[in-house]
Amino acid sequence: MLRQIEGSRAVAETVARCRPEVVCAYPISPQTHIIEAIGAMVKSGQLSPCEFINVESEFAAMSVSIGASATGARAYTATASQGLLFMIEAVYNAAGLGLPIVMTLANRAIGAPINIWNDHSDAMAVRDSGWIQLFAETNQEAVDLHIQAFQLAEELSLPVMVCMDGFILTHAVEGIDVPDQSDVDAFLPPYEPRQVLDPSDPISIGAMVGPEAFEEVRYLSHLRQLDALERIPVLAGEFTESFGRESGGLLHCYRTEDAETIVVALGSVLGTIKDAADARRAMGERVGVVGITSFRPFPHDAVRSALSRARRVVVVEKAFSVGFGGVLSTDIAMATHDDDLTIHTVVAGLGGRAITQHSLEGMLVDATNGRLERLTFLDLDHGIIERERDRMTATRRSGPSAENILRDLGTVASRIG
Amino acid sequence: MTSQPVRFYQVGSFAVGNRLFDKENRTVQSDPHRSNSLDSGHRACQGCGEALGARYALDAAMRATGGQLIAVNATGCLEVFSTPYPETSWRVAWLHSLFANAPAVATGVAAALKVKGMQDVRVVGQAGDGGTVDIGFGCLSGMFERNDDVLFICYDNEAYMNTGVQRSGATPPAARTATTEAVGAEPGNVFGQGKDLPRLAMAHGIDYVATATVADLHDLEAKVERAMQFHGARYLHILVPCPLGWGSAPNDTIRVARLAAESGIFPVFEAEHGEVTAVSPIRHREPVESYLSLQSRYAHLFGEHGRPDIVARIQAIADHNISTYGLLEEQAVGTGSNETSP
Ligand SMILES: Cc1ncc(C[n+]2csc(CCOP(=O)(O)OP(=O)(O)O)c2C)c(N)n1
Ligand code: SF4
Ligand SMILES: [Mg+2]
Repeated sequence: MLRQIEGSRAVAETVARCRPEVVCAYPISPQTHIIEAIGAMVKSGQLSPCEFINVESEFAAMSVSIGASATGARAYTATASQGLLFMIEAVYNAAGLGLPIVMTLANRAIGAPINIWNDHSDAMAVRDSGWIQLFAETNQEAVDLHIQAFQLAEELSLPVMVCMDGFILTHAVEGIDVPDQSDVDAFLPPYEPRQVLDPSDPISIGAMVGPEAFEEVRYLSHLRQLDALERIPVLAGEFTESFGRESGGLLHCYRTEDAETIVVALGSVLGTIKDAADARRAMGERVGVVGITSFRPFPHDAVRSALSRARRVVVVEKAFSVGFGGVLSTDIAMATHDDDLTIHTVVAGLGGRAITQHSLEGMLVDATNGRLERLTFLDLDHGIIERERDRMTATRRSGPSAENILRDLGTVASRIG
Repeated sequence: MTSQPVRFYQVGSFAVGNRLFDKENRTVQSDPHRSNSLDSGHRACQGCGEALGARYALDAAMRATGGQLIAVNATGCLEVFSTPYPETSWRVAWLHSLFANAPAVATGVAAALKVKGMQDVRVVGQAGDGGTVDIGFGCLSGMFERNDDVLFICYDNEAYMNTGVQRSGATPPAARTATTEAVGAEPGNVFGQGKDLPRLAMAHGIDYVATATVADLHDLEAKVERAMQFHGARYLHILVPCPLGWGSAPNDTIRVARLAAESGIFPVFEAEHGEVTAVSPIRHREPVESYLSLQSRYAHLFGEHGRPDIVARIQAIADHNISTYGLLEEQAVGTGSNETSP
């Protein structure tokens, strides 16, 4: 049943219906509404049995989740941005230990300069941690991915991160269907741990492993992620059977069959990109869209076949590797390894800057006319950059750039949409 | 007929002889059916105080809980020397996650046990002094503040031993470490404010805080037993000499630990609900020099170019402890660790 409800609220209710036994989190925008709602459900007894633990840091939140998961409890947490970086050592540890923790990442930019708005820098920072990373395109998909995430995590003994765009999804109020408890129960069996701390059968977990076995242990986690590549589409199929709608899977293709230009992206921006593609199609350009849902494991084969007939690929990324360029683009290039395919990286939406259909269409026109460079930054104000570069040349002690740029801009509406 | 209480140190060595106890009061280690939580075959240095302390503490906790125990370990010597697979020495359910997070991981274990209705299973978190007073302190303070049902044990060898004897927040003044070399006008570690973790634990108002050394293993075991009678956060700080880092002879580990207590440099006490309730009185007061001179980390304080001025400053610290805690037998109200201090 569709209800007008905030994305965070819908995710909180869904997570509750997945019956987590230990929920431990530390507040950070834009994740707060999720954990506040779960906290209230635990306190009122609506979600029971469940321990909701308020801790002193994200590092502790992930660590509590590690302890709980290793003791056989279904564990959930949520964070964003600085919080994810603050817990990063434990993020890697959870994956290394093979603990099926589920975490919502309400994607947000990373400072400095401090910025609470959406981009994907946080998710990219833990791309190599061993977590499965699923990106939701809509709030409905965010809801549905959480149910699949618990199933996937526990089946494979791997942690799963559901990435949903901060504010754009977390704070959007729209019609969302939160599945019924009985349907979730039918889909998601109780957690049966592969390893558990049990005084009647004591084992050591987290032992020192030297060069004699470390590579094998690591390779095994890679294999398990490859298993996930098989399981994710199957789970999505089972989900459709149970819940009657499509959600999840490795990637989503939109009008790609005859497309010459295919735009690839992650997350909620795909909606605007599809609108832009429709508009370009109306002008006679053959534009298609591929949305990657499973960023880790990365679906090389599915990407290759989805892009096999395209002449050019434009990867719109809400993050980039400073001093290098696109992150997702690199993965796309690896997957396609086709010298005749031109791959463009368009960095867009950093720190919450709106990605408008107008700008996307302009960029697509450039791409079609061969005017789009390999790496561009959408709607970048070059004048601001030049003026700050000039100030830096003029005087040694030019001061902090972020503040200089703000002063230069004066009072303007922040470009968040 | 006048009676005279038996004083255990009548055996002459100042050791508490097991023989003098009733069977039921003998140490866990004298019980052939003890759990051997930390089994032999691990890779600790000869005379490692930490290995000794951990074995006694965990076996006592195992006895107190009827074997229903889960241990969470921080990174450090104890974790490294005990686990290289496949030779794990742990015969207790045991989890190591990271250096800084053992208290939080232990909270997670306790939470899982609670939600599953398995509160008869108890949780011990353990770390070295670095994992406790420095990098792990945030998580530890949080665990105290929430009063999670965890006994946290710090094995204090007064430096980062596992990485090669660098200074920690628990390194005492003037001690030589690899990052506080015995050179310059102020050789060794600085005379800072120190970081008195037992006091900080007490300031959190948790039910039970105690200190112990590996020189008095009866006392150590009794404190673990006592700690296990409480639910909620508890803290035990055990001084564990490290022959490698302290430059003491492996066969002097117990002696060095005893001198730390008998000199007053390491006060041994118990506190409940934030108040000191008992102290282990000094039976035979020793000058700090007896303690310091057995350890090459203080070698620069003695000999031809010695620094009696620095030794005097350390003695002042010991004297301060003695008066603060009332450690001298004539000062202390009782002679046993179950007595209340003034
Ligand atoms: C985050 C992090 N920083 C540093 C280290 C390196 N390290 C491992 S053990 C250790 C010292 C441990 O000292 P302590 O807690 O006192 O235990 P000890 O080895 O002395 O028993 C250090 C610095 C680490 N493992 N993790
Ligand atoms: S270095 Fe010290 S603490 Fe570490 S094993 Fe050796 S004696 Fe024990
Ligand atoms: Mg140490």
